Amino acid sequence: MAYSDKVLDHYENPRNVGSFGKDDGSTVGTGMVGAPACGDVMKLQIKVNAQTGLIEDAKFKTYGCGSAIASSSLVTEWVKGKTLDEALNIKNTQIAEELALPPVKIHCSILAEDAIKAAVDDYRKKNAS
Amino acid sequence: MKLPIYLDYSATTPVDPRVAEKMIPYLTEHFGNPASRSHAYGWEAEDAVERAREQVAALINADAKEIVWTSGATESNNLAIKGAANFYSGKGKHLITLKTEHKAVLDTMRELERQGFEVTYLDVREDGLLDMEVFKQTLRPDTILVSVMFVNNEIGVIQPIAEIGEICRERGIIFHVDSAQAAGKVEIDLQKLKVDLMSFSAHKIYGPKGIGALYVRRKPRVRLEAQMHGGGHERGMRSGTLPTHQIVGMGEAFRLAKEEMASENTRIRALRDRLLAGLTTMEAVYINGDMEHRVPHNLNLSFAYVEGESMIMAIKDIAVSSGSACTSASLEPSYVLRALGRPDELAHSSIRFTIGRFTTEEEVDYTIKLICSKVGKLRELSPLWEMFQEGIDLNTVQWAAH
Repeated sequence: MAYSDKVLDHYENPRNVGSFGKDDGSTVGTGMVGAPACGDVMKLQIKVNAQTGLIEDAKFKTYGCGSAIASSSLVTEWVKGKTLDEALNIKNTQIAEELALPPVKIHCSILAEDAIKAAVDDYRKKNAS
Repeated sequence: MKLPIYLDYSATTPVDPRVAEKMIPYLTEHFGNPASRSHAYGWEAEDAVERAREQVAALINADAKEIVWTSGATESNNLAIKGAANFYSGKGKHLITLKTEHKAVLDTMRELERQGFEVTYLDVREDGLLDMEVFKQTLRPDTILVSVMFVNNEIGVIQPIAEIGEICRERGIIFHVDSAQAAGKVEIDLQKLKVDLMSFSAHKIYGPKGIGALYVRRKPRVRLEAQMHGGGHERGMRSGTLPTHQIVGMGEAFRLAKEEMASENTRIRALRDRLLAGLTTMEAVYINGDMEHRVPHNLNLSFAYVEGESMIMAIKDIAVSSGSACTSASLEPSYVLRALGRPDELAHSSIRFTIGRFTTEEEVDYTIKLICSKVGKLRELSPLWEMFQEGIDLNTVQWAAH
């Protein structure tokens, strides 16, 4: 499988790898999507500034192929500085285009989009009251 | 040391230079058609073909007259299974094979199902081996053919061919064995083994690609319906002009295997054990398939919490294969590992290392170092590894399958 330079770059130098500490509490939204049996699991975390409403930091961990790792790494860069609604506007097609994913790897970008939705959902649930 | 390090000898092997040397004159000088009976060019080619036939027969303790040349193990499997099923279809319509067979056997069986045969695909045990009790219970009065591979291509386990052969012979059932991965690795004695048909390939044993053979037993005689019609070559079983240079190469490869198998296996086993010891210093590394009934060349490991394709990307300096879905066109994880009852995630995390004639200790050590470092790096990236470290049982998590 030939990968684009961008996939290789994110794969070899993944951005924002890690997890936020447990004590970050309600400022962090966590989205975990995929399943081990399907060969990919993405965990995306966003840290939101309650005052500005902006995502000020993001972290990820991904079990999956190179394209899955690259898609989630890219998304952590893209969501930073965005509002929750802006983050929800990121579409899988943009991710796939940016990384030049081949058709067989489109599901990796869909998973990354799902991860953003799940993380935003989680944050909103925690801060609903 | 040449990079990438080749550890995919079960996919194919390089032609041994000694083999290549023997082949070349048959392309340029001795180019005759072995079927030409009227001149010296033909006689010379025919002599070479018959010498090679004896060399192949010698490795497996068979008679040269029992060897039919084909284009490779896929064709041999097709000829054996379709040929025997069609010839003996008057006796019955039931065939038996294993779920872990090579696609050349499984897809041939599927085709026979379309033609009205009934096929039983047997499960294997967790260690990859056939359960003989299950096998015996599957046999029926109308069973005409059993096909079981000698050595599995993915996990290297050796099936109980001698035992299966005894049972088949007792009941007059034709027994075919795919030995593409066995020749030159395990002892094959067809005077002892009650096998009727056996498939071979040259390129898995340091011979050229595009040539193979089918062993067809003469005593008791096994009949086949030809699948390739033409000039009546190979006693009518497989028509087509014989590729003399390929055949010479296969003969020489089998001759070398007979001579060197014992010492080569000892050396390869030591390398394999070294690789295993080095890689199992890591946590959560699992062996796929039985270790005792296994060729020394094969090591199939699952590195839990690391996905196979990302592993392959990380270890570009070594050439191996993975059971992960992402490395296959079908997006399905290895059906062989699934048949062992391995959870899908372990199939996704599997790497097959196959060691061969030209593997060195230096290469094995480099591989250990590279794999350990990359597995560590990818596990740092893996949310599953993090959960495992926190003591979460991944089986209790509700995953959103997609």
